[in-house]
Amino acid sequence: MITKMTVTNVNVIDQDSAYDFYVNKLGFRVVDDIPMGPGTRWLTVSPPEQPDLQIVLFPVTVSKMFPKEVAENLIDLIKKGIFGCGVFTCKDIFATYEELKGKGVEFIKPPTKEFYGTEALFKDDSGNFFSLQPINNFNDEEHS
Amino acid sequence: MIKEEYPKVYLYRRIVQAKLFIDSNFMHKIDVDDISDEAFFSKFHFIRLFKSMYGKTPHQYLKSVRIEKARQFLKEGKSVTEACFSVGFDSLSSFSGCFKRIAGESPSNYSKQQEMVKKNIDKKPLAFVPSCYAYQHGWLENSNFEEASK
Repeated sequence: MITKMTVTNVNVIDQDSAYDFYVNKLGFRVVDDIPMGPGTRWLTVSPPEQPDLQIVLFPVTVSKMFPKEVAENLIDLIKKGIFGCGVFTCKDIFATYEELKGKGVEFIKPPTKEFYGTEALFKDDSGNFFSLQPINNFNDEEHS
Repeated sequence: MIKEEYPKVYLYRRIVQAKLFIDSNFMHKIDVDDISDEAFFSKFHFIRLFKSMYGKTPHQYLKSVRIEKARQFLKEGKSVTEACFSVGFDSLSSFSGCFKRIAGESPSNYSKQQEMVKKNIDKKPLAFVPSCYAYQHGWLENSNFEEASK
């Protein structure tokens, strides 16, 4: 039986820039930042209240996984904002929206009431987008 | 935007401003009065609004920021004393007590543990990387990173 997710990844174009975005703007905690040879590192972060989930900031570079053409196509799609990478939750969506917007985070949708609750959408520094929702969107009885 | 649910944007901005004031001044001797002044609120109104937005009182939030930063300093190799004074505490005993309450262990234990982790990372970095990722990067084929970087 699977019990939980511990590691997931977000494909990023530049790890230094992603570090700045996820740590200094979103306020995530660095779990691992381990050099793995010239120009490459194992970089993972966690949301402040979810230390047991590591998000790998996975660089899209030419490698075994990404042959040149694949890497180029993937970078192109990331920049175009094709990939939605998940939902982050917060206690107060309006306060979080104001804070992140003030730090220069690009929102493609401000807090908006949808049939499932209030939601905003923002992009990371590479172009991946995330949903931001208040935790109480998930606390009602329909979800339990 | 749902205007009817977000009418007091100025309130949000002032509370956020106070939160950011804590984030960038945690190392100084600041208290709730300083923080509420920053947001132009009466102290009690401010505490209530802050807690409703962040789930913690400003004082609890300040302590959590200080301890989080202390953890970072200890991880980077600072001593317990250095970490204590770098994050705005003026006594080691209150720092240790607060650290233990929030982090669940004493700062010296945490520091020792981090030192050990660091040694293990230096010795076997791949032990910290799930092998599926290491394989995708080609790191399994050349695990002698020190040699590779020369």
